[in-house]
Amino acid sequence: MTTAPAERFALRLHKVSKAFGGVQALNAVDFEVRAGEVHCLAGENGCGKSTLIKVVTGVHRPESADLIELFGQPVDRITPVQAREMGVSVIWQDLALFPHMSVAENIAFDDLVGLRPRSVRYGQMKARAAEVLDRLGVRMDLAAPLHSLPIAQRQVVAIARALMNDARLIFMDEPTASLTQSETDRLLDIVRKLSAEGVAIVFVSHRLAEVLEIAERVTVVRDGNLVGVYPTQGMTQARLGELMTGHLIENQVSARDLPDAPVAFQAKGLSRHGEFSDINLTIKAGEVVGLTGLIGAGRTELAHVMMGMRRADSGQMTLNGATYRPTSARAAIEQGMAYVSEDRLSLGLLQKQSIADNTVISVLRKLTTAAGLISETRKADLVAHWIKQMGVKIGLPQDAISTLSGGNQQKVVLAKWLATAPRLLILDSPTVGVDVGARAGIFRIVRQLAEDGLAILLISDEVTEVMHHADRIMHMADGRIVQEYDPRRITVPQLEERIYA
Amino acid sequence: MTALTKHMARLKSGPAGENTGLLLMLAVLVMAFSLASPRFLTGANLGSMGFQMPLLGLLTLAMLAPIISGGLNLAIVYTANICGLTLAWTLMQFGGAEAGIGAFLLGGALAVIVGVIAGAIMGAVIAYVGAHPILVSLAMMIFLRGLGEFLTRGGDISGFPEYMRVLGHGTVAGVPVPLILFAVIAFGWHVLLRRTPHGFSVYMTGSNLKATEYAGLNAKRTLVLIYALSGLLCAIAGILMAARFNSVRVGHGEAMLLITVLACFLGGIDPFGGHGRVFPVIIALVILQVLSSGLNLIGANQHLATAVWGLFLIAVMVLRSDQLRLLGKLFFRKDN
Repeated sequence: MTTAPAERFALRLHKVSKAFGGVQALNAVDFEVRAGEVHCLAGENGCGKSTLIKVVTGVHRPESADLIELFGQPVDRITPVQAREMGVSVIWQDLALFPHMSVAENIAFDDLVGLRPRSVRYGQMKARAAEVLDRLGVRMDLAAPLHSLPIAQRQVVAIARALMNDARLIFMDEPTASLTQSETDRLLDIVRKLSAEGVAIVFVSHRLAEVLEIAERVTVVRDGNLVGVYPTQGMTQARLGELMTGHLIENQVSARDLPDAPVAFQAKGLSRHGEFSDINLTIKAGEVVGLTGLIGAGRTELAHVMMGMRRADSGQMTLNGATYRPTSARAAIEQGMAYVSEDRLSLGLLQKQSIADNTVISVLRKLTTAAGLISETRKADLVAHWIKQMGVKIGLPQDAISTLSGGNQQKVVLAKWLATAPRLLILDSPTVGVDVGARAGIFRIVRQLAEDGLAILLISDEVTEVMHHADRIMHMADGRIVQEYDPRRITVPQLEERIYA
Repeated sequence: MTALTKHMARLKSGPAGENTGLLLMLAVLVMAFSLASPRFLTGANLGSMGFQMPLLGLLTLAMLAPIISGGLNLAIVYTANICGLTLAWTLMQFGGAEAGIGAFLLGGALAVIVGVIAGAIMGAVIAYVGAHPILVSLAMMIFLRGLGEFLTRGGDISGFPEYMRVLGHGTVAGVPVPLILFAVIAFGWHVLLRRTPHGFSVYMTGSNLKATEYAGLNAKRTLVLIYALSGLLCAIAGILMAARFNSVRVGHGEAMLLITVLACFLGGIDPFGGHGRVFPVIIALVILQVLSSGLNLIGANQHLATAVWGLFLIAVMVLRSDQLRLLGKLFFRKDN
């Protein structure tokens, strides 16, 4: 391939509009990406980001557009195949890879699938895949089946696959949603590398810190309208959040002292071989304790032991002063524990089932009449109560939960647990895949619960999250709680430095 | 505008829409057959349909619940056979055709116990060992068949007391007794699945076992219980089979196994578990029965009826597919 003449813009869209039914998804939006630029597309869920991407990639045809130009060429009607051939690639959040095929096969996939069947030359395929990974500066077992890799590496495979198609404009939809901080850093390195090679990257992310770190410019979209294009230089997270949501989002340290509050949960010398050891943890009623640290530090494993899903090898736990030794999740829930799993998609909710059923699943007993039947009235009342209480935006309670946005789904998870009237709530990465506005909503609820006396353990990768919402911060590393911090006596950069050192 | 779309969504996704489609299908078939044959809408024909359907119906219900729980029970027919054998042996011990009603009750109770145990074993292996339901129930099916053939030497046991004819051939106010039995059990099954905590748990387990356990439900116990209940229905089917044919033989009703799966899917049960209702499945059963009786009446070969069932199911799957909906959109030019 010969080097194309350097264009100034990888993409130019002028006054693009698209409506679905009566909803104006895009309203005369301008969007420009310079060649080789890292550009961030920011906005809340449903603001029109995905529609914009789908217009560029030919999935949707806009109702009207003054100009659609790719790499200096005006394109009138574009199909997904043409878009790919011109060098536009999208890496969706679900990656659209093949779990049972090898790394090499996934990377070379588009090369393998021609219009006519032809023989597959594995040697050549591997060589090309290795070449692309080399370009990214990544080493990987090419023969490993994709499902055996962690998500971060699958992401790299998806990027490699895009490069294999000579992509010059790559859209990345929430690429870091399920990555830890160090994995994110590595991904951002790759993004920088591609940008240096002249590949333009459009980054869609809810994590504002990341957006500001990686992108040169940011385009903000709200309710289908362009809010503006801003350089990230000098932009703050608070300002960006305000632009996205239209109102100021308070993000201040909110730690309190609770000297008189009774102890709700206590762990002494809790250990489980190979996962964590000698954990001492006290959570008072009404207190939010933040637990942070790198992945593999044993945070989720500790939560699982607290929920009775795994057994500790040694150590004791007490709940409200009484010895607490749960043997199953059921037993833990009965004693007043609640656990918002980090894996909302496969563990936190039953995606195929309705909003109503997902809400009442934890409190069936409260709905059962003397005859042993579930009362439809009580069920409907309970669901209506919690949907109102949590401010969940839904169509009908019998709609599948998968129709809701991440933020609204997470509110249903919270409702499900709060309905059990728990004494200790464990929130494990509660804002994964949740946008800025909805995050604020979730933490407002969390704050209110703490004020009402609920003990809360907030597990999070995001340092800013524990800094702003916890009363105390526990830093966990290699299975031990290494240090406790008071959010009022440390800054975000200081804490980050200690965690990622 | 939004109210309208919401209403449309309810119609489309809700059971009401599903039922309407099936009822419409049924109405068309009934109309077509009554035009083709004057004997179709007679008491005699309806009566014979009412005697034939319940057996398949009970086995279908026994298949339905495990499918909703995310599995399958391939052992239903042989469980029914073994339960029938249990009853037959008990009756033989008390004099065969001369056995009293007490012997029948004892035999029936023993049959139910055998059915429940067979089901519970399958459920326990599926839940606690984590083996695939197809493999487990297939193994149970082969075991029961082999056991039954070994014990009966491949022959049949016949000559039951006269009063058992009432169960298989009697009528109450013109309604066949088997049909009444089926109606009562189907209603109970509906209540169990839709209104009890256990039924709720079956649906949840069927869509995601792990998430169900995380939510604090006992998904494993749910599986054991639902297979045990499936076994219970098989036992009742086995007793009914003995009463209808006045004999018990291992392999009786073997052909019904796959028809029950067909009826479940025709009735809109999600083959991957988590969704499905009793009522549409019953309409589906009636449709299958109407097809077979109707074709029989207009003089078609019985084997042809089976072939038509198969074609019919394929047609229904095509009609329900997303691709067809996309095609429809294309025609109506609703760009989306």
